[in-house]
Amino acid sequence: MGGAVLAVVLVAILDWRAALLLAVWLGAWALNAWMAQASVAGARILVPVVFGLTLLTLWELAVRLFEVSPVILPAPSAIALAFAANIPTLWVDFVQTILRGALVGYVLGCGIAFLAALAIDRSAFLQKGLLPVGNFIAALPIVGTAPILVMWYGFGPSSKVAVVVAMVFFPMLVNAVQGMKESDAIQRDLMHTYAANYWQTLLKLRLPTAMPFLFNGLKICSTLALIGAIVAEFFGSPTVGMGFRIKIEVGRLAMDMVWAEITVAALAGSGLYGLMALMERQLTFWHPSHRSVRN
Amino acid sequence: MRRITGAVLPVLVVVGVIVAIWYAAAYNMNRAWTLDQAERRGLEVSAGELFTDTMWQERPRLPAPHQVAIELWNTTAGEAMFRERRGELRPNPRSLWFHAFQTLAPTLLGFVIGTLSGMFLAVAIVHNRAMDMSVMPWAIASQTIPILAIAPIVIVVLNAIGLVGLVPKSLISAYLSFFPVVVGMVKGLRSPGAMDLDLLRTYSASRAETFWKLRLPASVPFLFASLKVGIAAALVGTIVAELPTGARFGLGARLLTGSYYGQTIQIWSALFMAALCAAVLVSILGFVERTTLRRMGLDR
Repeated sequence: MGGAVLAVVLVAILDWRAALLLAVWLGAWALNAWMAQASVAGARILVPVVFGLTLLTLWELAVRLFEVSPVILPAPSAIALAFAANIPTLWVDFVQTILRGALVGYVLGCGIAFLAALAIDRSAFLQKGLLPVGNFIAALPIVGTAPILVMWYGFGPSSKVAVVVAMVFFPMLVNAVQGMKESDAIQRDLMHTYAANYWQTLLKLRLPTAMPFLFNGLKICSTLALIGAIVAEFFGSPTVGMGFRIKIEVGRLAMDMVWAEITVAALAGSGLYGLMALMERQLTFWHPSHRSVRN
Repeated sequence: MRRITGAVLPVLVVVGVIVAIWYAAAYNMNRAWTLDQAERRGLEVSAGELFTDTMWQERPRLPAPHQVAIELWNTTAGEAMFRERRGELRPNPRSLWFHAFQTLAPTLLGFVIGTLSGMFLAVAIVHNRAMDMSVMPWAIASQTIPILAIAPIVIVVLNAIGLVGLVPKSLISAYLSFFPVVVGMVKGLRSPGAMDLDLLRTYSASRAETFWKLRLPASVPFLFASLKVGIAAALVGTIVAELPTGARFGLGARLLTGSYYGQTIQIWSALFMAALCAAVLVSILGFVERTTLRRMGLDR
């Protein structure tokens, strides 16, 4: 505690603004450390919220005190104002990029990958051949295919859907195939002794055991889908969409609007990911990773 | 021998099928242009001529595999990496090695920065409850933000304040390789079981000793798994970082200029070069992983 005060005083001699920032940071940190240590009720939620608010406060203070040019970094308050003032534009961009591009591609790509995984699952030969190739392709910078797909499918949403499908296909495929292999031989034999046919085994045994892997794939792909849709718009788009807006507003140096778009992207990404995590929690409550044990 | 045929044959068959589909698709997609050209000149084309033409167009919609292979060969083995210009030895922008190097340098620098800071943060998270509760939820939340899509803005902003070249690109790749390392390393540092930790307690080992002798070794397999994800992400980050500022060199720049001038063969060869780089980087890490784990007696 004494050390912290001393540090603030020492910095204050050099620059009072830096000292103020340091004091806010140390104060918030001390509060958090105390809440974490004392296990205050609701600390699991309060501590991260305080941390996030501290970062926002520091950002706002830093921009105001050091008079950072809004061209370089706008303050959170300026971003919030730009957000509120441009809700119709942001909504149109959201519909174009997220709903028509990312979401359609996400559903299509993950669906096709799942069906492909079912097909691969029935053939040991395909498993040995396709998985290494799939792993290789999953590691490629698939974003690089964006210019090609934009050339093929034009500037509209269909090229964004194509980019998203290409991006989510292999991660989803690899996870789904891995998940399909999860059930033990002994469990499959048990289903066999019950005279269960292929579909019954699939529905009652293999899909449930594959569930954690499927959700892992879905969660990874939720971010990839947004990335694909937005990056593809850098290579050509109609005069609407988040990637297009970001490109244009950067050119006009209207950084507050750019950050408003980033906020939309962040909210959409967290929303989709959160939805998947929630479904996972509901459907795979039996999995060990959901038991609350602290290590 | 049987192991080799058992593992390699299916892969070869799958690759063969992909190449065959690719040829068929190239024929289908390029046919329209050839027919169009012939019609404009009032020429009849036979099936054989049509096929050869679709395979050798200068700006095909989909270049045939051999066209990409030839372009790759010509721009790597066929071009010198350096050339003499005004009495100086300068890098040759026609060499794909040069562009790959322009992309790999920031990737590796970013990867090193990202890995080191990720490991540092993971150690702090494991040892400090307040760090764990404050940073971890935000680290996970930030994963859900499409950072790659935002990377171009960061580059433009850094450009505006005069940061150009290696540093901005490596910052993006550092950011992308940072989170896999944090998540994997935290998981790894927490992987020793209660029994192992209790054993060290009976030895009255200090926190530092527990860290160096138990937690750190236990985290190594997790770390390597994360590093492989991280380096691929770092490469993608650098390529995307090259897009917005109209960079002249690097694989991302090749993609962008190819897209401007409709040079599809150039795009595809840049894409393959990027794929090759990713594969080489990941397999180098895989090799280091196997050697390290064998030495630690952890391989299975």
